[in-house]
Amino acid sequence: MTWDIHDIQKWSWRKHPLGGVIEDPGNSSKFKTGGWRTFRPVRNALNCNQCLICYIYCPDSSIIVEDGNVTGINYDFCKGCGICATECPRDAIEMKDEGEETDKQNK
Amino acid sequence: MPTKLRNLVQKEEMLSGGHRLCAGCGASVAVRQVLLGAPDNIQMVIGNPTGCLEVSTTIYPYTSWNTSFIHSAFENAASTMSGVEAAYQSMKAQGKIDEDYRFVVFAGDGGTYDIGFQALSGALERGHKMVYVCYNNEAYMNTGIQRSGATLRGSWTTTSPHGKESFGKKENRKDMTLIAAAHNIPYVAQASISHWKDLIRKSRKAFEADGPAFINVLSPCHRGWRYPPEKTVEVAKLAVQSCIWPLYEVENGKWKLTTKVRYKESIEEYMRMQGRFAHLFKPGNEEVLADLQQYIDREWQKLLERCGEEIEDL
Repeated sequence: MTWDIHDIQKWSWRKHPLGGVIEDPGNSSKFKTGGWRTFRPVRNALNCNQCLICYIYCPDSSIIVEDGNVTGINYDFCKGCGICATECPRDAIEMKDEGEETDKQNK
Repeated sequence: MPTKLRNLVQKEEMLSGGHRLCAGCGASVAVRQVLLGAPDNIQMVIGNPTGCLEVSTTIYPYTSWNTSFIHSAFENAASTMSGVEAAYQSMKAQGKIDEDYRFVVFAGDGGTYDIGFQALSGALERGHKMVYVCYNNEAYMNTGIQRSGATLRGSWTTTSPHGKESFGKKENRKDMTLIAAAHNIPYVAQASISHWKDLIRKSRKAFEADGPAFINVLSPCHRGWRYPPEKTVEVAKLAVQSCIWPLYEVENGKWKLTTKVRYKESIEEYMRMQGRFAHLFKPGNEEVLADLQQYIDREWQKLLERCGEEIEDL
């Protein structure tokens, strides 16, 4: 079910559902928290042995897993806490400065 | 289904990203791991009393829960869920619902140990079939780190400050898992986010239990415990290894130690990692630290005895 809330700021009280019910489960996936990051986890796929430890310890459900394999990190939600980099047994994830990484991207 | 990460990743994510919990929060790790233990092909109703988890996962008009969700006041999450469960049982008996529904409460230690205590006790006594998970961060973190019934003795919080006259919280914490076990419910367990396999197994048993189940999960809070956010799992691990947070379960009255501690660490290493205990290492507080070690050892011995394990020499 999708619930169109793009103009919710302009809604009158009549349009809000009774009791403040949210009609679209899991719609916080439209709210990006990636901007909170100071450090960015960068994954080196060559070192990764697919143990999936990063997946089980990620507080933001940001480890992208496809067909049972980690394929990347979802920077839309990752807040850069660094748990994945600390817990990775093969040091396949490195925390890099977010500013520098963004600059590199924008070059 | 075996508890292997390769199988677990196939499951649908119940808590989607975009929630506003702090970076490195232990609560969402606890929620994700507990929900990975839920059976397949069921519907869930999740409830939260007031707490960090509730205020940051359900900010209108967004919700992070991919399930039905109900919010209640601080003190009555267990009663609210009891009502939902009773309504479901009635509607099922009348043939109005076919699906298999499960009921889960995620409450903080404030909503479990202190404020939600009587509602929880009532719900456990009435035997509503629900899984009550306490994500325990040992203080009222949502309102700014006030002491709770779960806070360790000697710990700094904003309402138990340290200084010339005080060494932090004066009282020992209460053993909520033991209190829940005293209700003689089918399943009670104590778990930690660092031991994910153990936690998911316990969650599975909790969902299978015929009646109420209670899981007390240690989920560190780096804001309140004062350690760098990336150490969340490490701190939880040390709490288990130093026997401050032993992992055990009580299944139909039978006590079992689920994680054996081979080399028991002293509590000092765990405490040195955290700013909330930093004042205990200053001169004058040696006695508090020794007292605390004694208290932890004593509790550990009692637990070993209950679980029928060999008792260690002190």
